[in-house]
Amino acid sequence: MSQFGPFSYAITIFLMVAGLYIVIARNNLIKKLVGLSIFQTAVYLLYIVPGKLIGGTAPIVAEGYDTYSNPLPHVLILTAIVVGIATLALGLALVVRIHEAFGTIEEDDILREEHAPR
Amino acid sequence: MAIAVLVLARTRNLFSVVVLAGIYSFLMGAVLVALDAVDVAMTEASVGAGVSTVLLLSALALCRSREARPGERPWLPLAVAATTGAMLVYGTLGLPPFSDPDAPIHTHVVPRYLQDGPQEAGVPNIVAAVLASYRGYDTLGETTVVFTAGVGVIVLLRRLRRAKDTA
Repeated sequence: MSQFGPFSYAITIFLMVAGLYIVIARNNLIKKLVGLSIFQTAVYLLYIVPGKLIGGTAPIVAEGYDTYSNPLPHVLILTAIVVGIATLALGLALVVRIHEAFGTIEEDDILREEHAPR
Repeated sequence: MAIAVLVLARTRNLFSVVVLAGIYSFLMGAVLVALDAVDVAMTEASVGAGVSTVLLLSALALCRSREARPGERPWLPLAVAATTGAMLVYGTLGLPPFSDPDAPIHTHVVPRYLQDGPQEAGVPNIVAAVLASYRGYDTLGETTVVFTAGVGVIVLLRRLRRAKDTA
């Protein structure tokens, strides 16, 4: 099981970097938001993975079990998920407004329209 | 999961991007179950795969569902992402090994939560006990954030409807 630690960190970092790349490189605003949520899920993994104990169970106290995984990251990530969906909803509402105002959700088209003389 | 993300980065049809994001969230939920985080997995499956897919689809219904063209000059973002990745790898070298019971995360406040939580909070589920009792103010702040976001969405979309009425 000693191989799992580096492997899980590698997966986490890959997802994080992929999300960051989507946010920076893509012009489409909705796709940027999807990239942002991928970045967020990578952060969930980064928190949850160190809390796992091999041989432990979910942190619900019951007879016959004495090893539990760490409940504290679970709590923090529950909060993070809910805040993340709130961010996503607000971002999508902004995108819909931008689409109303500019007729496009591509970033460079919006910039061009902003700087064009009217 | 990594495959889903790679396809997602390449696809330009936004509808399939949204569906892939839903699949990705479900896979993430399965991974979280394997990591003993059942509460988080349940929330991720319902909120991440359910609610956010609905939100993204309804936003797509109001906008165009196709990305115009791939971004030009992908080298600068790629370099930024690679640099961040390298720094993260360097950071993980200092972390304690996986599933080490003596790591700081397992020895700080958590043993007390696990030992006294059922008596003090009255529920066997420690996640619920910490969420609602020990860190109740966090949850209050969280609901404030959600409320603010909801108000913001309502304000933004109401202006949209009014603009449509006058047009």
